[in-house]
Amino acid sequence: MSTSRHKQSPTSGGPLRSLSLHTIVVITALFVAVPLVYAVLGGFKTTRQLSSNPIGLPDPWMPENYGGILASGPFWRMLWNSTYIAVLTTLVVVAVSALAAFVFARFAFRGREALFTMFAAGLMFPFAVAILPLFVLLRMFGLLDNPLGVILPQAAFGMPMTIIILRGFFRAIPGEIEEAAILDGCTPFGFFWRILLPMARPAIATVSVLAVVNSWNQFMLPLVVFSDDGLFTIPLGVQQFQGQYATDVARVMAYIVVAMLPALGFYAVAERQLVSGLTAGAVKG
Amino acid sequence: MKTTRPRSHRLRGFTTILLFLLPALVLFFGLVVAPILLAFYASVFKWNGMRGLPTDFVGLANFTRLLADEVFLGDLWRGVLLIILSLVVQLPLSLGIAMLLNQRIHGRAFFRLLFFAPYMLSEAITAVLFMMILSPTDGLANVVLGWFGVDPLDWFADPSSVMMSVFIVMTWKYFGFHMILYIAGRQGIPRELTEAAQIDGATGWKVFRYVTLPLLGPTIRISVFLSVIGAIQLFDLVWIITGGGPSHSSETMAVTMFQFGFKRFQVGYASAISVVMFFISLVFALFYQRYVMRRDLQGASTVLREQR
Repeated sequence: MSTSRHKQSPTSGGPLRSLSLHTIVVITALFVAVPLVYAVLGGFKTTRQLSSNPIGLPDPWMPENYGGILASGPFWRMLWNSTYIAVLTTLVVVAVSALAAFVFARFAFRGREALFTMFAAGLMFPFAVAILPLFVLLRMFGLLDNPLGVILPQAAFGMPMTIIILRGFFRAIPGEIEEAAILDGCTPFGFFWRILLPMARPAIATVSVLAVVNSWNQFMLPLVVFSDDGLFTIPLGVQQFQGQYATDVARVMAYIVVAMLPALGFYAVAERQLVSGLTAGAVKG
Repeated sequence: MKTTRPRSHRLRGFTTILLFLLPALVLFFGLVVAPILLAFYASVFKWNGMRGLPTDFVGLANFTRLLADEVFLGDLWRGVLLIILSLVVQLPLSLGIAMLLNQRIHGRAFFRLLFFAPYMLSEAITAVLFMMILSPTDGLANVVLGWFGVDPLDWFADPSSVMMSVFIVMTWKYFGFHMILYIAGRQGIPRELTEAAQIDGATGWKVFRYVTLPLLGPTIRISVFLSVIGAIQLFDLVWIITGGGPSHSSETMAVTMFQFGFKRFQVGYASAISVVMFFISLVFALFYQRYVMRRDLQGASTVLREQR
């Protein structure tokens, strides 16, 4: 034992040990993957087939569930609603937060830290705390059943995280660049717009991806703001579809699989920005 | 510099600051601060939430009612239960998997991608997926249990198993997120440190226990913080799957608030619940940042200074 100890590298270990470690990872992978695979295959079955043959491959394969959803207008309308709400939310939150983060990173003035702390504290209070009075306010402003009633609050609640990440990034850009720009006659906004933002492109990408994902998955806010189902986003549509076709399990499965695809596709494209944003946000928040 | 700067220049600086901050201030005060203040105001009234402002002042009656309400006290207990389960089961799982995936395992990029995928799905999709998988009649979970000779469970339909079932769904959805945090934290530990420990004769477990784990402290504390805040505000999953039932046995504070605020039109009472949620989050966050994460924050600021 003592002779083999120092030879043993921590990354390889014995073949037996690495086998058992691998087993843990594989079991976890099954725990994660089986529900997803089950739903994908279930969507290709009929509900009767699903209850007689829950595990096996569909026999015969029935593409009708998927076809029916993809051919239906409401699904595409919800996809469109989710998309433009996510895009507008992202534009608003990134624009507003970038301006504020610029001031917090680049200007010295009294009360700056206090103001920044106030914004950062917003991180702790998501919708659950404010949803009820928010609903009352939105009703007062006439923003119920209006996409702005979702976009603006989402942007407001997304600001703390966005400002924290962008401020950190703006601070890291050397002061000499700003001085040079000012000497060349750049206004503060000119510096912000033509020099700082282009330099901060990776950080902008990161916070944009976070904003898109948060908006895409938001449930509570659209739930109270939208009563007209022509405005529904995908999470509301999923809940509604489940309510309508609760007994037709295979069809509901096909629906959630189709509803997953945009998010998973986005994940495949933007994985790096997403992960760096989440870890940066968590470490600095 | 301050003294030589002409007055008009400073004034221009001030207007620049104001103009740049104005949109953020308007949005933040209008849609974050104002609602929270309104919740405080409404919490001392009996109010059905109809147009106009509340008029029937009741003092702290909503709060005394709250503290005597069994459902609300149950919400608190269930919140604590979820926090404990997260800390004892979910976070160690995330940490363990992160450490395994840090090693040279076949297909680790694939596993990482897979484990994080559920975090990308909305709570609504996750909820509906597990309503079918954990269905008491012919859900997948009962089929699998049947192979091992276990009798079918009622999952969400039984008050005694509903919280466990909710926790399974939460673990499925969120452990990959914490895993990603731990992987990032682990990558931030210089290899020299673990190598030095190995040269000194430490075995795998001892390296983990005495080198890696202490150095992961900041990441673990952040991960605990996010778990607790998440458990306090849990809503979407529970609302879609059970609506808080059967007979309130899976209700959370947010669900109770939503029930009273949007279904029973007792907006004053529901606001009192919002206020309590606000204070629980605030007290926890202040306490945690003051006593648990203080050293981390100091460390973070020195790192930032070095970067500048």
